[in-house]
Amino acid sequence: MSVPTNPAVAAPADAGVKPVPHAGRLDAVGYLIALGGIVRRELLRFFNQKERFFSALVRPLVWLFIFAAGFRNTLGVSITPPYETYVLYEVYVVPGLAVMIQLFNGMQSSLSMVYDREVGSMKVLLTSPYPRWLLLLAKLIAGVCVSIVQAYAFLAIAYFWETDIPTIGYLAALPAFLAAGMMLGAIGLFLSSLVRQLENFASVMNFVIFPMFFASSALYPLWRIRESSDTLYWICQANPFTHAVELVRFALYGKFEPLSFAVVVGTGLLFFTLAVIAYDPGRGIMARRGGPAGETP
Amino acid sequence: MSAALDVAQVSHRFGQRAALSDVSITVERGRFMALLGPNGAGKTTLFSVITRLYNNQEGRVSILGHPLDREPSRALARLGVVFQARTLDTDLTVAQNLHYHASLHGIARKAARVRIESLLARVGLSERRDDKIRTLSGGQSRRIEIARSLIHEPRLLLLDEPTVGLDLESRADIVAIVRALVREEGLSVLWATHIFEEISPEDDAVVLHKGRIVARGKAGEIGAPGETLEAAFRRLVSEPGKPTGKVAA
Repeated sequence: MSVPTNPAVAAPADAGVKPVPHAGRLDAVGYLIALGGIVRRELLRFFNQKERFFSALVRPLVWLFIFAAGFRNTLGVSITPPYETYVLYEVYVVPGLAVMIQLFNGMQSSLSMVYDREVGSMKVLLTSPYPRWLLLLAKLIAGVCVSIVQAYAFLAIAYFWETDIPTIGYLAALPAFLAAGMMLGAIGLFLSSLVRQLENFASVMNFVIFPMFFASSALYPLWRIRESSDTLYWICQANPFTHAVELVRFALYGKFEPLSFAVVVGTGLLFFTLAVIAYDPGRGIMARRGGPAGETP
Repeated sequence: MSAALDVAQVSHRFGQRAALSDVSITVERGRFMALLGPNGAGKTTLFSVITRLYNNQEGRVSILGHPLDREPSRALARLGVVFQARTLDTDLTVAQNLHYHASLHGIARKAARVRIESLLARVGLSERRDDKIRTLSGGQSRRIEIARSLIHEPRLLLLDEPTVGLDLESRADIVAIVRALVREEGLSVLWATHIFEEISPEDDAVVLHKGRIVARGKAGEIGAPGETLEAAFRRLVSEPGKPTGKVAA
């Protein structure tokens, strides 16, 4: 069996060290192996926690089957892009609920980062020889893969609820889910660097998830919000979650929304950069807050 | 030939408090070095600096000649770590945990599989390969963590109080495994502990107290003539006015 030689091993500083047949590689292929391993671990953890899978599905399904059915007669949605006809409220609400799954998943990943930090398995990840931003990116991609599995499971069930999504829309929405998931995951990653302890996570729910979800176009079209409050309308417009929902909504109907795409990608990059800074060993949380018990003030 | 680990004049602060002050340690290749210190002495901070969880604010750290600040990837590629806290995924199996770690070092699954089989045999847990971590005892989990730290064939192994909380038999197993690695494979080891039975008189040893090195040398020669290592340690870390009868554990 031949295993590619680690460039590190051949370095002059290691002269005299016996050959290392199983050392990994530090190049792009090695990174892809690491990325694959991180994604695989995240999926294994996800499928091991059956209750997490079902609770992720139950939440949007309750909205769809009960809330949306109840509001069906009071909240009919007039013709508004990307829809070309009047649509039932259930139809309108499906994309927002799918992205809600990603929102909760992004925060769940962030929660698991805090947990990983508390139990120490984050240290194992960060002592990998790959650059830290690549490790965080891999962690992010792993979380997004899980969220996409959940979002499509929800869409599969919603399909039987006359959601009127064209078949091509399911395919076209994949990159939109990817972008939305990356953005929400990056926000979660950054938040995980701010939350010091697991117990503080309830405040993330109160101050991040609920305002982001309700002050968005997920549950009601923005023109309806504008009818009641211009200020609230602009708050919803500035909410990146609105743009994640619209990006997915347009994609599900085979259309592209450039403004939403720009906001989602820009916000994702911004929060990912902040997360990388926060996890930098010299500058970020690990240096400021991560001191071991008994050795920190 | 460069040392396995060269820590030179490292200082680290958390806010106003100095966790490490001017710490220098050299672990020669193929040597077992004990890092002794009471709780809060700075051992875990030192490990965090060596593993690059924190950047060293002052001083230099090199692993097998690779400076950690300029060549972090090359340095970390040759370093294996067993942290004080248990860091295995309890919901995953032994093999899944080990494969995950192999991938973090860029080792493809096929190569990893071979390596995992031989390491599990080495720590005597081949038959537990497909069991979930939560079904293992504390000592078995520790042995798996040692196997995990060796997957990428590091030449320097750091262990931060690896036997804390284990029964005598498990503790002896772990010491025996690591000593065999030093003896048979020439691995270099830095072993943080405050359990004196784990240290042999021929081992290199340093005593860390309040972030400073207060003694260094062969473990058997650290005390005054006739003084045991434990007695010397208690004397070194005692504070004026504080009873010296008990070492913080």
